[in-house]
Amino acid sequence: MPLQSLDIAARSATTTPPPGIRKTLEVAKLIDVTKCIGCKACQVACMQWNDVRDEVGENHGTYDNPRDLTANSWTVMRYSEVESQERGLEWLIRKDGCMHCEDPGCLKACPSPGAIIKYANGIVDMQQENCIGCGYCITGCPFNVPRISEKDHKAYKCTLCSDRVAVGLEPACVKVCPTGCISFGSKEDMKDIAEERVVELKERGYGNAGLYDPQGVGGTHVMYVLHHADKPGLYHDLPTDPAISPMVSLWKGVTKPLATLGLAAVAIGSLFHYVTKGPNEVSKETEKEVEKELEEEGKQ
Amino acid sequence: MKRDPNDLQRYTASERANHWVVGISFILIALSGLALFHPAFWPLSMLFGGGVWTRILHPFLGVLMAVSFAAMAVRFWKLNVMTPTDWEWLKRAKEMVNGDDHNMPIMGKYNGGQKMLFWALVVCMALLFVSGILIWRAYFSGFFPVGVVRLGAVVHAAVAAVMIALIFVHVYAAIWVKGTIRAMWYGTVTRPWAKQHHRAWYKEMTGK
Repeated sequence: MPLQSLDIAARSATTTPPPGIRKTLEVAKLIDVTKCIGCKACQVACMQWNDVRDEVGENHGTYDNPRDLTANSWTVMRYSEVESQERGLEWLIRKDGCMHCEDPGCLKACPSPGAIIKYANGIVDMQQENCIGCGYCITGCPFNVPRISEKDHKAYKCTLCSDRVAVGLEPACVKVCPTGCISFGSKEDMKDIAEERVVELKERGYGNAGLYDPQGVGGTHVMYVLHHADKPGLYHDLPTDPAISPMVSLWKGVTKPLATLGLAAVAIGSLFHYVTKGPNEVSKETEKEVEKELEEEGKQ
Repeated sequence: MKRDPNDLQRYTASERANHWVVGISFILIALSGLALFHPAFWPLSMLFGGGVWTRILHPFLGVLMAVSFAAMAVRFWKLNVMTPTDWEWLKRAKEMVNGDDHNMPIMGKYNGGQKMLFWALVVCMALLFVSGILIWRAYFSGFFPVGVVRLGAVVHAAVAAVMIALIFVHVYAAIWVKGTIRAMWYGTVTRPWAKQHHRAWYKEMTGK
């Protein structure tokens, strides 16, 4: 491999294991939602580092801009106004984007070998030169993150700045965040930081504060600290217990070997039927009958 | 160009042409579909000019197959209505497969097995068409909730596998029963062939 820091742990549509003699440190990005002021500096830094520019959109009556993730906007601030009896109005702001699942649904669904790669450090990255544009990654993702570009019909999403991480830099959004809401480092360290922060938040009256590292997808390499970890749905419908859909598991799991073996069995079974039972020919008896009929017809 | 004036016409030129359009589009769509289904079949994508071309062409080939099959189904559905004799034939199908057709009931233009295949293909085609629309990302997937698209993906893959197996059986049956394939090429069969395998149809055609 050209870069040890980008050793591969999993590769889409590949049935043999990747090179795996080394163990790389697993990284994670921690987004402390409770410290976010919604300035969108992360969005700007993302566009700038990755050199992508979205269309100038329209005001939809919310602060979300653009309104949704796109092939050019890999991260979007989601603003949720939540009212409750105890706390009155709360403005919950979540930086949305790829969660870099340990068990990525996009990679599982992808039919093109090597179009989606999970590095040994945990980053899930799309390799657009291998992407065929089928959009199965969108079907497979439990977080509705990948987008197909209308310009080149390839799938795009947050790379966790794999190019920066590969050379020991933090992702662009982490670098730029003015409140220190986004941290980056080893997954273990990020969990420790989160734990300390959760204790702090609990002391401040957020009894349900906690870390969002959903185990249904094997944990994620982008984690959130939430004030209301018991209700992730408050944060612009962040899924409570995300997992790869059973439909996707069925489609990409048992169906593949079962159908392949079934088709092989029918083909080979047909061949052996022919070899053992022989062809179904017209009997001499029938041939003679028809001959006789034709002769009689000729006589008439 | 009549090969033998005694041969019986089983298919018109237009019916044969229709069947070939379905057949060719099926072969192309099965090969490209398998390439997208399992990495083991991925090299088949090279037949279509690579993965991207496979992804672009597959659904259009699907529309061609659906339309040409629909035309064929309209032509043939009346001939494929099941009768009590067909069910009787199916009960005895095992004997036939084992190489003994002496006790098989007399069949018209199509036997019970052929009719069942026809209806199974009608169901498969319908399911593949609908599920195919759901997972056609470039034009349609965005209009449906992701749960429906996921269901579509499973149905599309599973039904396609069933349909490819059915076509294997269809093709093998034509190879197994000697004198059948010519009906697909030039539309005629010999009188002994008709009398042996479709006696009621033979009677209808010849009055014997």
